[in-house]
Amino acid sequence: MHRYVTDFILDIVQNSFEADSNNVELVLREDDRYLDMTVRDDGKGMSHQMLEKVLDPYQTDGIKHIKRKVGLGLPFLVQATRSAGGSFDIQSEVSKGTVVKCRFDLCNIDTPPMGDIPSTLLALVSHPAAKGVEIERSLSTSKGSDSYHLSREKLLEVLGSFTTVATLNLLMEYLQSQEEALDRFKVDHIPVL
Amino acid sequence: MAKMTLEDLRKLRESKQDALRKRDVEGKDCQVIVGMGTCGIAAGAKVVLDAFLSELEAKGIENVSVTQTGCMGLCHVEPTVEVIVPGMPDVIYGNVDAKVVKQIVADHIIGKKLVSEHVFDKPAADILKKD
Ligand code: FES
Repeated sequence: MHRYVTDFILDIVQNSFEADSNNVELVLREDDRYLDMTVRDDGKGMSHQMLEKVLDPYQTDGIKHIKRKVGLGLPFLVQATRSAGGSFDIQSEVSKGTVVKCRFDLCNIDTPPMGDIPSTLLALVSHPAAKGVEIERSLSTSKGSDSYHLSREKLLEVLGSFTTVATLNLLMEYLQSQEEALDRFKVDHIPVL
Repeated sequence: MAKMTLEDLRKLRESKQDALRKRDVEGKDCQVIVGMGTCGIAAGAKVVLDAFLSELEAKGIENVSVTQTGCMGLCHVEPTVEVIVPGMPDVIYGNVDAKVVKQIVADHIIGKKLVSEHVFDKPAADILKKD
């Protein structure tokens, strides 16, 4: 089972990659209480029927997921957000793309822990099916606010490739430094019952 | 650590490259492929990816390629990792965690012998039938 919010993020963005998107935009906005995530892609999109199908955890196409087109992650995400005081929304249009928006209530006891953001972004940016990826991450709390922007294209330009241990570790260092800069504005999430 | 700029990253890369060039190309052409499908991630594939990056760097083997792939159809032994080392059979390891990663790096990639208890190269029975 998914154990971290970041596992959902990885899963949903992977869906966008697998939908042949040229551009994927991930926005992660966090405040004192909520994490809002938006994943917008220009991939092949889904019809209404297909959308219903991918949101139904009991529907499979019988071939397991060895040749699956979409992840099983969506029903998990719907459940994880809704049962923990968050929200979920998906809009999709065939050959135009898909937008997934969801909110995690970080003060809800049933919301999974956040997980490791730098290592998740590393997995996304270096994903073999990734093309254009833009990531916007911001934190705005009572302590102050900060943000950073990542562009896969720009990082690739600097690092040359995302395949060797050497370059991936440099990328990791970079991502960690971005996220660490946000640390001083992070607040503890006290569960409200 | 101060927030790095892209320019800092570029400089760091250049300095690293020189260091790498001096060191001999030990792990050249070795490949590590981590299965990162939905259930792979749920089983801890991301931890495995991180572990490979830090372990290989710790051992000074930085030119191994580490990539991700989607579903390998091997849910029941996830996290799974394919390891390709020249002169050795291509192997899929199952039930990999950070500890097993250390074994794979030490035994398979450096020592050139298999980590037998984690070798797994047959797809799940139900998937075999359907294909
Ligand atoms: S993601 Fe694990 S077998 Fe498909």
